[in-house]
Amino acid sequence: MNAKVFGTRLTVGTLLTHVVLAVLVALWTIPTFGLLISSLRDKDQLITSGWWTALVSSEQTAAERLLARDFAEVDGRYVLEGDFLEDDRRRIVSFGLTQNDLSAHAPGATVELGETQFTLNEDGTFIAVSDESIPEDFRRRVFFVQAIPPTFTFANYREVLASEGIDRAFINTFTVTIPATVIPILIAAFAAYAFAWMKFPGRQLLFAIVVGLLVVPLQMSLIPLLRMYNEIGQTFGVPSKTYLGIWLAHTGFGLPLAVYLLRNYIGGLPRDIIESAQLDGASHFDVFLRLVMPLSVPALASFAIFQFLWVWNDLLVALVFLGKGENQIVLTSKLRELLGSRGDNWEILTSSAFISILVPLMVFFALQRYFVRGLLAGSVKGG
Amino acid sequence: MTQQVLSALLAVAAGIGASLVYFFGSNWLLDRLAPDGRAADGRYLSREKIRNAIRPWLFLFPALAILAIYLVYPVVETTRLSFFGRNGDVFVGLSNYRWAVNDPTLQTAIRNNVLWLLVVPSLSTVFGLVVATLADRVSWGNIAKSLVFMPMAISFVGASVIWKFVYDFRGPEAQQIGVVNALVVALGGEPQAWITIPFWNNFLLMVILIWIQTGFAMVILSAALRGVPEETIEAAQIDGASAFAVFFRIIIPQITSTILVVWTTITIVVLKIFDIVAAMTNGQWGTEVLANAMIDWMFRGGGDFGRGGTIALFIMIAVIPIMIWNIRRFQAEEAMR
Repeated sequence: MNAKVFGTRLTVGTLLTHVVLAVLVALWTIPTFGLLISSLRDKDQLITSGWWTALVSSEQTAAERLLARDFAEVDGRYVLEGDFLEDDRRRIVSFGLTQNDLSAHAPGATVELGETQFTLNEDGTFIAVSDESIPEDFRRRVFFVQAIPPTFTFANYREVLASEGIDRAFINTFTVTIPATVIPILIAAFAAYAFAWMKFPGRQLLFAIVVGLLVVPLQMSLIPLLRMYNEIGQTFGVPSKTYLGIWLAHTGFGLPLAVYLLRNYIGGLPRDIIESAQLDGASHFDVFLRLVMPLSVPALASFAIFQFLWVWNDLLVALVFLGKGENQIVLTSKLRELLGSRGDNWEILTSSAFISILVPLMVFFALQRYFVRGLLAGSVKGG
Repeated sequence: MTQQVLSALLAVAAGIGASLVYFFGSNWLLDRLAPDGRAADGRYLSREKIRNAIRPWLFLFPALAILAIYLVYPVVETTRLSFFGRNGDVFVGLSNYRWAVNDPTLQTAIRNNVLWLLVVPSLSTVFGLVVATLADRVSWGNIAKSLVFMPMAISFVGASVIWKFVYDFRGPEAQQIGVVNALVVALGGEPQAWITIPFWNNFLLMVILIWIQTGFAMVILSAALRGVPEETIEAAQIDGASAFAVFFRIIIPQITSTILVVWTTITIVVLKIFDIVAAMTNGQWGTEVLANAMIDWMFRGGGDFGRGGTIALFIMIAVIPIMIWNIRRFQAEEAMR
């Protein structure tokens, strides 16, 4: 496909292409963007206004009171000075002396406020001056519209890391993910080499079984493995929910894809290289270690990214093989728990969710090329 | 916490170490036990044949053992359990299956799974194809693809949080903070608690998976589109075919097999769909699906392994045609090598 097909002749078609694609991209990015913005907002603002309002300055009305006792006598005149806006980034848009008249005066204007001359500046500072003394019962209100610039804070992140146990869940997820990514690779690489370059009876049949196992639903494995783990736990008096248990489970579930991907890649290496090495007297073991492994790094990387994302994002396996205590709960389980228990605390949910998707997103954007290659090579399984 | 990090690192080291010890050790042992040598009558005796017969199995053993324990045995055992009572010790014949087809919740689950199967693979593939086609025609196509692809990296649970926020509902007097309800209000409508509206809420959950899987479809189809020979397109254009005719008559027929692969791959994901339903509704308001019902029965009241196994088997049976198709396709490819 190239750009010539629609492009140059039909300008309407070109425009339509841009518009449709832009709409689709917007639909695909806005939900995540909304989550990110929300997680950075003040938690009170988060639940009272949509996240899209956080990007532009918002306007808010407020009122302040001037009282007789606050005036001071300076050089024979009576003066009250102060600042309505403590936050330096806020600005006065307009002010008025009654609630229905908010836009009566621009900032910087001087108006008569009872017995005084009142000036309100854009930065919120004001001065009320009178030549006469101020009566005891003087009390006036000033109404104003203030512009609040977008404000963002990491407070939500600090909160979930400090008090919701997200920090611990983050470590737990790493504890599950790294070994569950590394262990299958080595085991699969040896098997893949055997399938690709060694002769043994039943090779075709065994590999066909591996291809078949690619699509076996996880659900078929859960109950027997849970029973097996419980029995082992009881027989040997060890806990049945352990990190070792989930590492091996993820290894088992990831192996068919690993063997399949690596076998296809290793099988595609040039025959001459391998045969000439063997003629020089190298055994299969030497060929595998010295030749095949170094040449297979791209395929190994593809699978590693696949498995890393899969294990990091997994909920089901963690639910079955790990406990829910704080020393074992992973981010996905934790998030699901928070959705149930803190369903309306969006400041907690948004920041926790973003922490949980941060690492996969980084891996994804850094190593997208390898990820795509893995997808293209192994598109029979798919998550 | 540091201790846990250390133990994880130790596990990585131990795992790699154990594997290396096994592979090095077993191969070394093989060379020692079956060396070349001299027979009793003094002839040179090569034992290479013996070594070559044994070595493949040394390479294969760990993988085959783990596959057998974690996948093959469980498939057999789950099938057996589906004919047994809750603890797997009393034979109950077909009673779990009778229960499964008559239970109202499971009927809903089966109906929903069928709905998911009809909607998600087709829409994901269509959107993926549209994005892949359009992105190849604009200068910012790669950025567009990258952004549409991004949800693939997000967990189903993370995506559920993202979309639950999109669907969020506040009372009619309050400011809506969910995009959908804010739009509805802006257009003069009444805000709704969308997730709790039976039947239609299923489609709102499907949106999440479509959102995730479109990127996958796009990547695979994009590669297939690049493989369509330029000449076929140019020939059609010279003959005066319109852009749409070129797309539907020339391009689509040439990528049909890829479309089929994408479709079946997403179908398998859909059959197993669990996380989204578990996180969004946990099967309430008529959104139950098989995989969620299975986990529910697996843990309910200490676990009913017979019924849980039966539900798992339903998913397995739906996968079997795809499994056979996959193996056939693989064997055809092998024959062409």
